[in-house]
Amino acid sequence: MVKNNLGHAAFCAIVTVIISFPILGLNLEARGVNITLTGASTSTYVAILVAAATVFVFQTFRDSLMGLLRKAPKLNPISRKQPMERSRRVKLESWIITGIVIFALFWPFFVSRGSVDLATLVLIYIMLALGLNVVVGLAGLLDLGYVAFYAVGAYTFALLSEYMNISFWMALPIGALLAGITGMILGFPVLRLRGDYLAIVTLGFGEIIRILLNNWTSLTGGPNGIGGIPDPTLFGMEFGRRVKVEGNTSFHETFGIAYSGEHKVIFLYLIALVLAVITALIIRRFMRMPVGRAWEALREDEIAARSLGLSRTAVKLSAFTIGAFFAGFAGTVFASKQGFISPESFVFLESAIILAIVVLGGMGSQLGVILAAIAVTILPELAREFSEYRMLIFGAAMVLMMVWRPQGLLPMRRTHIKLNRQE
Amino acid sequence: MSMLSVEDVHTHYGKIEALHGVSVEVNKGEIVSLIGANGAGKTTLLMTVCGNPQASSGRIFLQGKEITRDPTAQIMRSGIAIVPEGRRVFSGLTVEENLHMGGFFNSKTEIRKSQAHVYELFPRLKERENQRAGTMSGGEQQMLAIGRALMSRPTMIILDEPSLGLAPLVIKQIFEIIGQLRDEGITVFLVEQNAHQALHLADRGYVLETGKIRLHDTGRNLLNNPDVQSAYLGG
Repeated sequence: MVKNNLGHAAFCAIVTVIISFPILGLNLEARGVNITLTGASTSTYVAILVAAATVFVFQTFRDSLMGLLRKAPKLNPISRKQPMERSRRVKLESWIITGIVIFALFWPFFVSRGSVDLATLVLIYIMLALGLNVVVGLAGLLDLGYVAFYAVGAYTFALLSEYMNISFWMALPIGALLAGITGMILGFPVLRLRGDYLAIVTLGFGEIIRILLNNWTSLTGGPNGIGGIPDPTLFGMEFGRRVKVEGNTSFHETFGIAYSGEHKVIFLYLIALVLAVITALIIRRFMRMPVGRAWEALREDEIAARSLGLSRTAVKLSAFTIGAFFAGFAGTVFASKQGFISPESFVFLESAIILAIVVLGGMGSQLGVILAAIAVTILPELAREFSEYRMLIFGAAMVLMMVWRPQGLLPMRRTHIKLNRQE
Repeated sequence: MSMLSVEDVHTHYGKIEALHGVSVEVNKGEIVSLIGANGAGKTTLLMTVCGNPQASSGRIFLQGKEITRDPTAQIMRSGIAIVPEGRRVFSGLTVEENLHMGGFFNSKTEIRKSQAHVYELFPRLKERENQRAGTMSGGEQQMLAIGRALMSRPTMIILDEPSLGLAPLVIKQIFEIIGQLRDEGITVFLVEQNAHQALHLADRGYVLETGKIRLHDTGRNLLNNPDVQSAYLGG
């Protein structure tokens, strides 16, 4: 076994040297007008050799090491436990979720402003991931341009407030609807495509929207973005120190409390929380409706689904539209939270992160996706000191996840639809 | 009375013509078998009836109503059901959920009724009600595929190679069920490579060769036809 691996291991070690030597071992230095090539310090060369040796050792004993890795899931308490009885599990789950939501309602009053701000971002990602989960997890359509709908929602609010002074609450449904309509329009041409082709085309659409926003300078301000997006109000009460819009009152004066910047942050957080809960509930409802079953049927076998009279167009478009709708929701909240948006916020990496959340959480599983959204957003913040290695850690985590639990953190448990039997 | 009537249908895949003017007539309450070698165009004919791909010329009538240009989803909801080649059950769903998908456009009461009926036809499916379809044997999956097609209470059912890859004993069972369906008044259009059994069961039969109907007769006559015997029944 080990013997067979030796050749392969040597090859891998050489590749390691070939890749790392030019990148780490050679430096370009500017001396006046000339650029000269110099070698790096001895320690760098040692490091490269150590890396190559590590690769060699790992590849030599690959089989036994991977065997150990595979045994690891047994340490995982979730996979070892006997499945609980269905009715009990559903009850327990809904209690846990209710508990978490109640906790989340009161939590921001006791923590720092920064944590609340981060939590708002987490909630926005939860909305996005839940929406994409409909498209990717349930309907099985790989959408790499999901961030486009997020951008549509955000820019709708920004433009409406800039040109027509429309408030957050008015813009929220408009932004979501417009994003949904965009989803439908973009959905039409890609209906016939599947798998990789669909992924490539949606990737293109995502970029088109971003580039459009970047270049339509007269309307969107191009790369300069749009600033001064108003904060949401609570029944006409503003959260700023001074009232900006005539007719509004200010929150702290109405309640006779001292002004604090935290009020606004907490209020935004609470809005995001309520919207995230609404998103989860609506999508949960959809999953149990016939349209939810149609999504799954189409994902499982398109030909069979069509042979039963399901319209491919209607089923796919509904998934695309609903997914995009909630991205628009999230986008509006995002614009309001940031107060400033530019095309920079809607690059492909965002789509990739949202997709990673869905895959990590377990495609189709709502609870899993929510957990993954929390993990993916918070962990990089906790690991600020290692910020240089953030993407490296992220990548390694993804690889490990795929080895350990390819089905995701909390894989989707199919809810069995039973008819009430009345004989 | 005519249930399905295909009149001089030509079908193209891109520039290649797969059907060169095929005419087939299926009357109400009949079992009609269509036999032919690989690549003769059997599945293409079925797919054309279902509107995917649509016929490039010719006309198709279902119960006297023209459906040539109707979209697939609409055709599949007008009293016709197909058991696709290779079964194509939803492998991640349970048997019961598969059946419910078959009755997607029906009310809950209707679904309950048809489900009971399917379980009567296939007691094995009842036993496996909560099992994932993908974990069942080929024969059971074929039963499920037929059961799923029956859930929409079709007046006509099209079967594309139901014997594909099944053990002889299971094939026999499936064909018995097909006979039973006719007795219940369901019209059956059966496409098969297993010519012997298909013609034995059929009231009438068609032989399709390279996109054209070569022969058309009663099932018995085709069985005794020397050409058919040498080409499809092994001499």
